[in-house]
Amino acid sequence: MSTANGDAAAESATPLVRVDDVHTYYGKSHILHGVSLTVGRGEVVGLLGRNGVGKSTTLKTIMGLVQPSRGTVAFGGNAITGLPPHKLARMGIGYVPEDRRIFRLLTVMENLRTGLDRAGVGEDKRKALLDKVFAYFPVLAERRSQAGGTLSGGEQQMLAIARAMMLEPRIILLDEPTEGLMPRMVSQIGQIIEALHDEGIAILLVEQNVPLTLQASKRVYIMEKGLVRHHCAASEIDVNDAVIKQYLGV
Amino acid sequence: MSAAAAIDTGSPADGRGALSSPLLKTELLSVRFGGLAALSEVNFQVARDEVRAVIGPNGAGKSTFFNCLTGVLRPTGGRIMFDGEEITGLRSNLISQKGIARSYQITNILPNASVLENVRIAAQSRRHAWNMFSHHDTFADINEKTEAALQAVGLLGKAHELAANLSHGEQRNLEIGIALATEPKLLCLDEPTAGMSAAETGETKELIRRIAKKLTILIVEHDMEVVMELCHRITVLHYGQILAEGTPQEIQDNPRVQEVYLKT
Repeated sequence: MSTANGDAAAESATPLVRVDDVHTYYGKSHILHGVSLTVGRGEVVGLLGRNGVGKSTTLKTIMGLVQPSRGTVAFGGNAITGLPPHKLARMGIGYVPEDRRIFRLLTVMENLRTGLDRAGVGEDKRKALLDKVFAYFPVLAERRSQAGGTLSGGEQQMLAIARAMMLEPRIILLDEPTEGLMPRMVSQIGQIIEALHDEGIAILLVEQNVPLTLQASKRVYIMEKGLVRHHCAASEIDVNDAVIKQYLGV
Repeated sequence: MSAAAAIDTGSPADGRGALSSPLLKTELLSVRFGGLAALSEVNFQVARDEVRAVIGPNGAGKSTFFNCLTGVLRPTGGRIMFDGEEITGLRSNLISQKGIARSYQITNILPNASVLENVRIAAQSRRHAWNMFSHHDTFADINEKTEAALQAVGLLGKAHELAANLSHGEQRNLEIGIALATEPKLLCLDEPTAGMSAAETGETKELIRRIAKKLTILIVEHDMEVVMELCHRITVLHYGQILAEGTPQEIQDNPRVQEVYLKT
């Protein structure tokens, strides 16, 4: 919240998330070999690449789930490298992991309340947040008393996104939201991303679905072997582009 | 980078592999996890001396397929024939004795043993019975096999180091060495270059190229450069079924395969 215009200009010029030369290991396995990327305020950015190139690890590094051995992560211009996930969640970073991690034995409502029951959220605010996600995802309203584990894959994905929204994030790190979903659900996920974008929420989208990613994103990064190998505006390429075939095709 | 650069053992597809019976054959191989068909009715053959890749997007059934072949998982339907013998449902130790070895997607070594010990244990596993009168010869034999396996994976110079102290790439190669020490007829490699840097990937690629000269290899891999350069033929799995099979060039030219990979 800047008071002077100059500060406001500087703030809008600072990317919301900046990952700079990040190296991350799992034990001895060197997964990220110096990844750098940015996500602007309210921007949807795609992160593409084959299995095992480090896309999910990039998200986990931003979210503080793994610590980089080198390099920095900044959020809104402030260094956040090494901060624990719960602090980052409160700062406004939402994370929807690839396996969704919903609480299977808790009801839909209880799942949502894990993000809602926190200091500084009054009754009105809670209701407003719930109304908002139920407007987005009417099916979750219908199933509010049902155990999370009994939802379909697509519904679980919606619940995971809805739960992330309870924290009013400024960015959501979305890891392969369409994985294992049927085609109808895939296009619905596309609409959800669009709606989040309209709300001003930035998204870093990891996906295997190339058309969806190119359509939803403003810019895309393509990774290979722990490095960003290509970066361009999503409008510059289509699914038949040589660069897509090189890094993602067969 | 092209199919023409494939290893120089001759093409088993039209060479001696075609003349003899396949080394490995599956008939209607199926695995169901509850209502989910992880593999459905897969008919698959690998010729002797062939290097074959099995590729496919996440969840295509590649690891399930490997797990069936190596006895980690019991298929719920179909048959697996290996070297003229049915091995369907055999336990993994028996399958290993029959001559199928594998490396895992996740490094699987004894970290607190030396590199040599890791490989020697595998070499010893080939002795069926202990005989007090022949132990001297046996040891010489085992040491020879161990050394050959270490040589093949370039770790002879590090034989006495603790496995835990190897780099990640070396540990992955050690795993291949462990598999080789069992003197398999078929080596299954599950993502041998996963988590490796570009330089390490190049080294492992050369390693596989070397050992492929006298071994039948089945390889699951996401690095397309490795797949296209090393393999004679490629099988593409999708939703537990074979979507396509052919030479690297045929697979690269197959529009259905590209669709599945890019989700178009």
